[in-house]
Amino acid sequence: MEPDTIAQLPKTALLVLGCPQVPVQTSIALYLVSRLKKASITPVIAGNKAANTLLVVADPDRHYLGEITDLDRAVAQITEKKRDFDQCFVFIHNDAGISYAATMGVISKAKLYVLVYGEHQEDIVQQITFPCIKMVAKAVHNPLPLKKVIDEVAPWAA
Amino acid sequence: MGCVEALNYEILIRDASFKECREYIRSHFPESIDVEPGFKIFEVHTIGVPPIAVGIDGDFVIFPYTKPCHGTFLLRVQDAEEAARLRAQKTGR
Repeated sequence: MEPDTIAQLPKTALLVLGCPQVPVQTSIALYLVSRLKKASITPVIAGNKAANTLLVVADPDRHYLGEITDLDRAVAQITEKKRDFDQCFVFIHNDAGISYAATMGVISKAKLYVLVYGEHQEDIVQQITFPCIKMVAKAVHNPLPLKKVIDEVAPWAA
Repeated sequence: MGCVEALNYEILIRDASFKECREYIRSHFPESIDVEPGFKIFEVHTIGVPPIAVGIDGDFVIFPYTKPCHGTFLLRVQDAEEAARLRAQKTGR
């Protein structure tokens, strides 16, 4: 007998972290991970050693964090078609962040979201000419302006 | 996954933007090719906003290398085999 519905795989999301020099990144990453998990979306964090360590130390019992991987390794796996995600969130506060987001837009089939923050968010967002959903706020130490924008977009409900 | 540290590289520009690197390559080297993000050079996946310019100068390959905290470096590496491979990509288009 044929099943009435075909079981779907759980949705997955990749969070691509930038340089952790802007404090809101760690806070917003934990918040986004929490909201995604509540929506049954499995989040994977990809960052450099410093960005990943900030998260691991902040969540020692892994209440929020799941898999964490090295950013270069994630890029390699996606490029080589060994892995992909349903959603990809790229944290951007500098030129390198734009480069990583553009790269994800080319190598991954994930729906691309960019979180643009820091002191110069307007200058940065003008350079983002590739297709993506932009969540933008002037936010350095206070994560609430960026949280508000994320809540309005509600990517976990997409 | 490749590691750039395994290469004997020279840094031509450091902490640059992806646009600066593209323009520098196109204006300073006799040959260049445009590649897409993820394209492998020396076992390293390139990061950047397409098109990513890669320079070829004799046996030297000049390519951008991006780090989240340090922007984009423009690296020059001498490797006749890799230069020939990239040159073949150019002529194959």
